Amino acid sequence: MPISVLLPALSPTMTEGKIARWLVKEGDEVASGTVLAEIETDKATMEVESVDDGTMGKILVEAGGDPIPVNTPIALILAEGEDASALDAAPKAEAPKAEAKPEPEPKPEAKPEPKAEAKPAPRAESVSANVPVGALDSNSPLHITESAFSTDDPVTEPEPAFAKSAPMTVREALRDAMAEEMRRDKDVFLMGEEVAQYNGAYKVSQGLLDEFGAQRVIDTPITEMGFTGLGVGAAMSGLKPIIEFMTFNFSMQAIDHIINSAAKTLYMSGGQLGTPIVFRGPNGAASRVGAQHSQCYASWYAHCPGLKVIAPYSASDAKGLLKAAIRDPNPVIFLENELIYGQSFEVPEDEDYVVPIGKAAIKRRGAHVTLTAFSRMVGVALHAAEELAKEGIEAEVIDLRTIRPLDLPTIVHSVKKTNRLVSIEEGWPYAGIGSEIVSLVCEYAFDWLDAPPLRVTGKDIPLPYAVNLEKMSLPEVADIVAAAKAVVAR
Amino acid sequence: MSVSPRKSTRRSTAKPADVSTESLLSQYRMMLLIRRFEEKAGQLYGMGLIGGFCHLYIGQEAVVTGLQSLAQDNDCIVTSYRDHGHMLAAGMDPKGVMAELTGRSGGYSRGKGGSMHMFSREKNFFGGHGIVGAQVPIGTGLAFAQRYRGEDGVTYCYLGDGAVNQGQVYESFNMAALWKLPVVYVIENNKYGMGTSVERSSASVELYKRGQAYGIPGMQIDGMDVVHVQQQAAPMVADVRAGKGPCVLELQTYRYRGHSMSDPAKYRSKEEVSRMRQEHDPIDNAKVLLLKSGAVDEAALKEIDKEIKAIVGEAADFAQASAEPDATELFTDVLLEA
Repeated sequence: MPISVLLPALSPTMTEGKIARWLVKEGDEVASGTVLAEIETDKATMEVESVDDGTMGKILVEAGGDPIPVNTPIALILAEGEDASALDAAPKAEAPKAEAKPEPEPKPEAKPEPKAEAKPAPRAESVSANVPVGALDSNSPLHITESAFSTDDPVTEPEPAFAKSAPMTVREALRDAMAEEMRRDKDVFLMGEEVAQYNGAYKVSQGLLDEFGAQRVIDTPITEMGFTGLGVGAAMSGLKPIIEFMTFNFSMQAIDHIINSAAKTLYMSGGQLGTPIVFRGPNGAASRVGAQHSQCYASWYAHCPGLKVIAPYSASDAKGLLKAAIRDPNPVIFLENELIYGQSFEVPEDEDYVVPIGKAAIKRRGAHVTLTAFSRMVGVALHAAEELAKEGIEAEVIDLRTIRPLDLPTIVHSVKKTNRLVSIEEGWPYAGIGSEIVSLVCEYAFDWLDAPPLRVTGKDIPLPYAVNLEKMSLPEVADIVAAAKAVVAR
Repeated sequence: MSVSPRKSTRRSTAKPADVSTESLLSQYRMMLLIRRFEEKAGQLYGMGLIGGFCHLYIGQEAVVTGLQSLAQDNDCIVTSYRDHGHMLAAGMDPKGVMAELTGRSGGYSRGKGGSMHMFSREKNFFGGHGIVGAQVPIGTGLAFAQRYRGEDGVTYCYLGDGAVNQGQVYESFNMAALWKLPVVYVIENNKYGMGTSVERSSASVELYKRGQAYGIPGMQIDGMDVVHVQQQAAPMVADVRAGKGPCVLELQTYRYRGHSMSDPAKYRSKEEVSRMRQEHDPIDNAKVLLLKSGAVDEAALKEIDKEIKAIVGEAADFAQASAEPDATELFTDVLLEA
């Protein structure tokens, strides 16, 4: 049986084409790779090569005619040993049926039962996380059902009273978390600028080089894209890197590897290749360091499926969540804040104290308004709640702790009680975390709202340097108090 | 030649010594498999069975075939989006690769990755990367992990001439040299980054010298001759394996097809393409050597041709018969369970 040569699609959008000229004639020998003809598409003239060996038996469509649909037979090739008589047996040898098969998008008929011969490598168990963000299709496993909100109180444990605890700064808590996990697992290592001999630009890695040596605590050149990509490669092969950014502002140099190489690979590999890696460092405004060193990246990273995003406030959460992040098999963004590195909190002494990712904490109970915040803003919100209490307004303060996956049930449950919401963040307002929270609360608790939810955010400007202007740019206690009063309408 | 390749950056001038017929025959088979596989992929693309971008490796077969003939089981491979040949050379199943091209559940990524995004943990093949140059730090990280674990594996990190002007390539060279990582950077110089020739994009076109500033030895090798590739690269790879740090190999090669399926390749002359095909084809070269050796005859080569055609035909059948991924796969593989 002669082999049909079909008019090929030569681009993702090509539906028809014209034969500009034939480069072989009937009777010519052809082989794999022989250029048979030139085809004019809507964009260009391209060559069509043979993929078979044999003799050009019959040209079905002459050059220079009208455009014909993709997949129309244009020629017949006789295989080795066939002679011209075989052409008569060919079904479409009669005439160039230019009008035949007008199928602009040829679709293969997938047989229901695939031959299960080629087996991709087994993939690791994977799940979809409880992430409502951007995926509210009710068919999606990310969809949150009503029943998730129906429990009396999803936060079963209030702030735990630790059996044995000691005061510790956030800085020390982060250091201890890394040290404990590095003792526990030899595949964990720390890499970044000034993390080893200098003990960290902000002294977070103090003492780690002494304990673990230069093999596992690694000073890098100033080369964020390079060492981030290197860390991702190491993680793909099974190591568990902690990549420190001196500040998250510098992660913009490396964001391609965080998103394209780390966050998307598990999906693109059909579940074969996870990337267990933690990216950590200070995020957001510090003090008088100007616009390029003062951005909050929570909403940038929270936008991306395949990442987890954590932003703790207290030292115990910093420790417990960093340990959870290091143990997590996924890429995790861990946003710290320079201004609270030196603050002290009670931290449990138990080495196995791990805080689960994806759970918010209610830091203060109240019935009149829900305040959501993360990182340093939790402290500001708690302060605001004290001020509000003096005026008889009881605010419920939720420390989000994890930004993605967001603990939506805790937020919705609280709003159903208080009927009012103020979201607080130091990042910019447009497409920020507050925008997402307000949107989700409207989707899940609209009927419970007694006032439009409000956002308290950093101002929509590059952060100024001047002391007075900088102060005006970031959320303060007074801003939160004013917003809370506005939604409570007092 | 008495100059140590570790001490200088050089062009290779040595003539290939005799190579075992057995080794050459297996490389001939591999190159033929890649060639026929790619031709079939081009055909399936033409039929609308493969979508999007599809970058064929036709013409460059000797590069990956010659280099991977030096590989050990614990070596790693990472490359760009022109990756089908690398997967086959890494020993991945043509059926699984082709089914990924058609976006079916039998594909290596279960239809979720496509031509540019395929992986095989089992074969230490780490992609398939769609961002030009991104595989270079990743490959450096794979080598970092090999060193961290004290293994004697090396990583073959393939990049094109279009990638060599990306900053991250030099960030990687610097760290690899600084930490003496076991990585073989293979620059496949096929003369054009998409439609821009090396001369129009690179201030220095001697790409094998690109590691010089970091003290990385480099070598330029004729990438159209598989024997040459294997023999010239062998001592360089051996040094990398011995812990002497990275090397840069520039393989001079040529792609016969456009950058991707939809590229009419107007930036080069037809004569240039046909000269390369007729005078420098890596498969024809190997064929001549094999026949000259007397170990095989035309009939035996024809038999190989038939076998390869059957393998590729089977892969194409599988890739069309395999079902599309189930709708329930839409939300899986986003995160692993902690």
